[in-house]
Amino acid sequence: MSAEPGAATIEARGLTRKFGAHTAVKGIDLELKRGEVLGFLGPNGAGKTTTMQMLTGNLAPTGGAINICGIDLLEAPVAAKARIGYLPEHPPLYREFTVDEYLLLAAKLHRVPRARCREAVETSKRRCGLANSGAKLLGTLSRGFQQRVGIAQAIVHSPDVVILDEPTVGLDPHQIREIRSLIRELGGKHSVILSTHILPEVEAVCDRVQILHHGSLVYGDTIAALKRSRGGSAVLLGLQRAPSLDTLAAIPGIAQVHAVSPVLFRVDFHPHDDATERLAAQAAKNDWGLFQISPVHTSLEDVFVQLTRHEEVD
Amino acid sequence: MIFTIAGKELKALFASPLAWVVLTFMQVLLAYSFLRRLDDFLQIQPRLIRMASPPGVTELVVAPTFATAAAILLFAVPLLGMRLIAEERRNQTMVFLMSAPVSVTEIVLGKFVGLFAFLMLIIGLVTAMPLALGGGTALDYGLLASVALGLSLLAAAFAAASLYVSSLTAHPLVAAIGAFGVLLAMLLMGETAGDSLRARNWPVPAALIQVFSPLKNFEPLAKGVIDTYAVICLLLLAATLLALTIRELDGRRLKG
Repeated sequence: MSAEPGAATIEARGLTRKFGAHTAVKGIDLELKRGEVLGFLGPNGAGKTTTMQMLTGNLAPTGGAINICGIDLLEAPVAAKARIGYLPEHPPLYREFTVDEYLLLAAKLHRVPRARCREAVETSKRRCGLANSGAKLLGTLSRGFQQRVGIAQAIVHSPDVVILDEPTVGLDPHQIREIRSLIRELGGKHSVILSTHILPEVEAVCDRVQILHHGSLVYGDTIAALKRSRGGSAVLLGLQRAPSLDTLAAIPGIAQVHAVSPVLFRVDFHPHDDATERLAAQAAKNDWGLFQISPVHTSLEDVFVQLTRHEEVD
Repeated sequence: MIFTIAGKELKALFASPLAWVVLTFMQVLLAYSFLRRLDDFLQIQPRLIRMASPPGVTELVVAPTFATAAAILLFAVPLLGMRLIAEERRNQTMVFLMSAPVSVTEIVLGKFVGLFAFLMLIIGLVTAMPLALGGGTALDYGLLASVALGLSLLAAAFAAASLYVSSLTAHPLVAAIGAFGVLLAMLLMGETAGDSLRARNWPVPAALIQVFSPLKNFEPLAKGVIDTYAVICLLLLAATLLALTIRELDGRRLKG
């Protein structure tokens, strides 16, 4: 069902969750297409985990609807859950089980046909770099390996949607790279929701990003759009013999000039008006001693901080 | 799915030293009490022969051994069942089951079946001891079946109670003590409240309270009387407690 690419695998409308008088999630809309990796961002306590718990059927929403591949999660939870793989913040591992036993249990519980269970376990082990760890007890594994087992149990039944809550916490840089490439790979066949605090991670692996703040979505765009909007908005300018700031600011298209140091300036352009060329021409003509001109990136981090900061102040 | 979860619970039980300790302890204790009674029986046997219709070995040795087993289960089941849900909540592993495509009912029944299967193993070992006498003497197999049925039903009710209490807390030890308290309370209720209600000739409340007094319901079965009301009471108690557990876990998903 709905195997064609581009079909929505998750569709949530007006998702709301209240805990007593406190509203943790306020009417979120969320849509995920097959083959897409969605970065789900937000400061601590923004409602990310609550949202993920609702999407995976661990928590009943106070309001709103969730459709997983066209199946209503609230009306047919069993059918819908079979299409989801979930790695919670804290990997739910039974310490007294071996990796093989645990993954086999996960496969059976997720209704993988009995004859294909072994094969499914082997595949997910190979994908998560656990091929040689099958006989190890979960309780004796290092944090990084436990995390891998957590991911392996989420993908063992080859679900349409994989939901990962901070999958790279506690991993070393090598493991983080491996997990990231795994997530990219998963994005090819499945859709992935990735919740994280690590912003470069989102830029590295996600197609789309949504930022959650105080229970509401405050930003949602593709990473490609974010990258397009980068550059052309500001440059860092290095001049050996700098003129006065006013002279610089007088160049057409320039909105603002800050002196970072006596020879370095941050020059902000008017939106959609890249004045880099004019700036360079002026510098050459007036012999300002131009030695550096580099675009300042609006990173995801800037967006994130801007959107989620102001309310902390008041 | 129920049996997959039951298998997981059994595996977890056998992976912990607790199950082995309980098995050993029960077996040693029951074997001792069985052999002691058998010894006593052999000593009084010459006098029994002179009686008109003398009680047999099943009545004098086997049934009391099962009664001892029932008393030990009162302590053992809360210990064996304490981890079922409390530990999953403590280790945050409940989400593994809750995110899987299984209903809460299947989870609860699976856990119950897992624990009950373990208890059936204990009961099997208890039953094996008197069966070993079958080669040498005539056993009252009807009485043996009745008392084994009684003990199984009692174990089911105890297991359901300890599963329910385990769903109320995230601390296994609290669950064990709580379950023991609940079982003890039911036992006292059956003994005192049931009797005094019957004495005052209030049969309906007495019959109702009998549902919640598992040991009282075990008594007729231990005597070889298959009292259907007692059997129904034991089944009803187990079913009620399982339903409460399902309700509790479902409520947790709603409340958060």
